[in-house]
Amino acid sequence: MRAAVLVFPGTWSDNDCVWALSQVGIESRKVWHRETHLEPDELVVLPGGFSYGDYLRTGAIARFAPIMESVQCHAEAGGLVIGICNGFQILCEAHLLPGALVRNESLQFRCTDTYCVPVNTTSPFTRGLDASRGYLFPISHGEGRYVADEPTLRMLEDTDRVAFRYGTADGRVTAEANPNGSMKNIAGILNERGNVLGMMPHPERSCEPLLGNDDGNAIWRSVLASVGVRT
Amino acid sequence: MARYIAHVNVMLRPLVNDPQGLVVAGGLQSLGFTCVESVRAGKRIDITIEAASEAAATTAVREMCQKLLANPVIEDFEFEVAALATA
Repeated sequence: MRAAVLVFPGTWSDNDCVWALSQVGIESRKVWHRETHLEPDELVVLPGGFSYGDYLRTGAIARFAPIMESVQCHAEAGGLVIGICNGFQILCEAHLLPGALVRNESLQFRCTDTYCVPVNTTSPFTRGLDASRGYLFPISHGEGRYVADEPTLRMLEDTDRVAFRYGTADGRVTAEANPNGSMKNIAGILNERGNVLGMMPHPERSCEPLLGNDDGNAIWRSVLASVGVRT
Repeated sequence: MARYIAHVNVMLRPLVNDPQGLVVAGGLQSLGFTCVESVRAGKRIDITIEAASEAAATTAVREMCQKLLANPVIEDFEFEVAALATA
């Protein structure tokens, strides 16, 4: 399997993503925001960062980059798309995912480890994950509080589109474990077909046993399994 | 063509929690302004444009708000358009 790691002006996690994917045997190419070509079988990755300086709103300008039209087509055709941190913000601004990410309730930039409890365990990104425990993924954001209106939140829950909630190592979802005030502790969500995932935590930064944790690899292994590659 | 200035206000929708406004309200109260009931903080954007008429300018600014300046999921916008003296 191959991946296309998108690079906008201000993206900062592209090298981390390329490296993390290489650890599980996924070869990546970087795709500049002005390009438009994506292969149908590529995993498209929108990494973290501060695209276009995050001016106006996070992800608001990146959404109009030439590559985003191709991302839209890729998603509509059933291709896999994952947006991490700023990538999640861009996917929401592009209406590929519902809701929005706003300023953390604390008003502080939060750079810390979180435990994310899988909710959906059937999507290409989350199949095979253990919903009874938290996966250790770091966060690093100032605007990661997920908000949506009541009907949208209910729809996400009723249709199993919440991918992760902030919780504890033993899988409990608690108010104390919520690092940014996200509604319903939501850390990541899926689109209707389940082929687009947006999440604020950084799985690509927890992929190295030498650094004490490789929980992030569970997501990449799930993606590989979904296309029939055994790891 | 004439020149116009648009003053655009973008505010978080009433139901969206506004931590910035809450902090400013707390600051004002601790300064002794106990009369402060609540504060909402938003963005003001001034845009100078050339257009054939005020109506054309208004239409353009509304489209700018809908497409980029405000995110309808979380924000409302309002604006005023005024003619500028030609340079």
